[in-house]
Amino acid sequence: MDAQRLESILSHYECEPWDLIPIMQDIQDSYSYLPKDELQEVSQRLKVPLTQIFSVATFFKMFSLVPKGRHQVKVCLGTTCHLRGGSRLVESLSNRLGVEVGYTTKDMQFSLETVGCLGSCAQAPVMMIDDKYFGRSSVDKVPKILKLYK
Amino acid sequence: MPRFESVDHLREYRRQLMARQDLKQPQVLVCAGPGCLPMGSAEVAAAFKEELQKNGLDGKVALKECGCQGLCARAVKVLLRPQEIAYQHVTPEDVPEIVEATLKNGQVVERLVYEDPDTHNRLVRKAEIPFYQGQQAIVLRKLDVIDPESLDDYLVMGGYRALRKVLTEMSPDDVIAAVEQSGLRGRGGGGFPTGRKWRIGADALDEVKFIICNGDEGDPGAFMDRAVMEGDPHAVLEGMIIGAYAIGAQRGYIYVRHEYPLAVKRLALAIDQAREVGFLGPNILRSGFGFDIKISRGAGAFVCGEETALIASVEGFIGEPSPRPPYPAQEGLFGKPTVINNVETWANVPEIINLGADWFAAIGTENSKGTKVFSLVGAVNHTGLVEVPMGTTLRRIIFDLGGGLRPGREFKAVQTGGPSGGCIPAQFLDLPVDYDSLQSVGSIMGSGGMIVMDNTSCMVDVARYFISFLYEESCGKCTPCREGLKQLRFLLDEIIAGRGEMEHLSLMEELCGTMSSASLCGLGQSAVNPVLTTMKYFREEYEAHIRDKKCPALVCRPLLKYTIDPEACTGCLACVRECPVGAISGKKKQAQEIDQELCVKCGLCYEACQFDAVKVE
Repeated sequence: MDAQRLESILSHYECEPWDLIPIMQDIQDSYSYLPKDELQEVSQRLKVPLTQIFSVATFFKMFSLVPKGRHQVKVCLGTTCHLRGGSRLVESLSNRLGVEVGYTTKDMQFSLETVGCLGSCAQAPVMMIDDKYFGRSSVDKVPKILKLYK
Repeated sequence: MPRFESVDHLREYRRQLMARQDLKQPQVLVCAGPGCLPMGSAEVAAAFKEELQKNGLDGKVALKECGCQGLCARAVKVLLRPQEIAYQHVTPEDVPEIVEATLKNGQVVERLVYEDPDTHNRLVRKAEIPFYQGQQAIVLRKLDVIDPESLDDYLVMGGYRALRKVLTEMSPDDVIAAVEQSGLRGRGGGGFPTGRKWRIGADALDEVKFIICNGDEGDPGAFMDRAVMEGDPHAVLEGMIIGAYAIGAQRGYIYVRHEYPLAVKRLALAIDQAREVGFLGPNILRSGFGFDIKISRGAGAFVCGEETALIASVEGFIGEPSPRPPYPAQEGLFGKPTVINNVETWANVPEIINLGADWFAAIGTENSKGTKVFSLVGAVNHTGLVEVPMGTTLRRIIFDLGGGLRPGREFKAVQTGGPSGGCIPAQFLDLPVDYDSLQSVGSIMGSGGMIVMDNTSCMVDVARYFISFLYEESCGKCTPCREGLKQLRFLLDEIIAGRGEMEHLSLMEELCGTMSSASLCGLGQSAVNPVLTTMKYFREEYEAHIRDKKCPALVCRPLLKYTIDPEACTGCLACVRECPVGAISGKKKQAQEIDQELCVKCGLCYEACQFDAVKVE
């Protein structure tokens, strides 16, 4: 366990039980997943049972118990994106990256996810890689977009 | 910035700010709203920065990346003040020309201004464009003026004047009375009278009370709250501080979706700024009243938009709703009275205080006062954010502001209220939009998503989409919602797969009845609206799927057949590369053929083809 890294996250909090989700979010952001040892430490420090931590980790979509890739590819499946072929976009990305939705490529470069709505509905279909948005990303634009990250 | 020690100090600071304002200074406002950001607004702003420097104009021209300018269809938008020239579809390549022609020589770059699709007239100024006519901006008023990261900009636009007024001239009871009198109702969708909610919170006897801003805008197709949080974060804070003063709360939370990273960043910055100058913290403006705000990031669960689920997740638990009553205003976060309002509701509060309850109550309809922001998206020409007085008709919003549908397309339905809303058919286009009227046709106002659908949308598919969305998002606590959604999805899947029976329709109606009356929270109760409205208004589409095994809109995959027109096919092999199952074969530069046995009907070939050679029936 990377004790120093965890300490620097915990130092921002009073470590009360209600700090659980923000702390888990910081760990997720920093490690790209929730390592078991770290969660055990959080459980002891916050006096929150590990079962509750597990329920939170599996209930919310942003948490992952396995390491994620270097780049997070998020495809919007909001209503407008659905109508404008969002699911085809997912399939195309899935084919090109060789990975199913919810999983990470073998080389740990890309994790592919779908999102309820990214809130850029006027530019449907929309996808996001890390913090960058790509509007009107029809299937034929996929190779060009992925090239930026390969 | 200084720390404001008193209300007078703040007034004096603003006076000096105003005196320093150069109203003639050229301003370049690059829209960085939800619609322009994915189209490269950051690159356009960077190009302006470089070009201004190159021309020695960087000190003379103010460059701002501002919030949403509304007309997302024309992204990236750039507004030049003081002439109010609205450039559209701007790319970094256009920037040198804009700087040279407009900023240096005062000429308009004709090709970048709005072109009326009918008359082909060029409309230069923002106010001339039909999209903006008939809008009334209260919540969106400052979005295309201020730099969202500048507190000074917010102050210049009259920011924190309402807070000043409240702290010096109004008692908490006066504030609540004003909000009650204004007729403001919750903009998150429920439409509960805001003043009444505040009154319940204020009347609670506990010493510890909380305020929450619900920024968990989860409805697919809605982005007005994102635009406000990103574009005018201080308006949300000011509304919350005023609310806290009225109710007697010491602490506030803003719950923002983690899918909105920029909103989180902007709100965090605004909170820091407000603390630094003394709008937040103990003893605000030396009034004796103290209040502070924390951001609570959502972790990706649609159900957390429901207030009791939201509270559970702030407390560190999974987002499961609990039965009401007790309502959060009586017993909420950590068991204490908690007033939760949506982003847009909070952003309305400062304006109500500034301009008066009567002014606000004069806008809108009898039971729905003020304006509403809608995200107008889907099959309309002018997609974007619109803010109109309550009671504006759907026809006016979709056809006058929204510019109607693309040529050759026919209006089929407008979907309001997200997954809890319904699909409204053409016969109700003249319906004035307010809380009650939308409910009367089986939909709801919701948070303000307005998705226009044309003849290329299949209503069975739309119903299946929402049910599938909610099935994924249902927290699973109560049986009617968890199991009902599963069964509804199964039945809709059967219909879409061509295995539907007419009895399925009555079975679905029965399920809907149980779910709406027996589900624990709004998610399950209203989940039936997309199914019921599509079955009621578009029954013939369901029947076509069931009886004729056909999808009239050519959407439902199992009922489709893809072929390649050998005349049109150039043999470029773009479809072959896209096909995930290797069902397309043929020689290069010759017509290709699709093996119907192998084809999974994904439609990727159809989209990849540049020559319209892939046909679907």
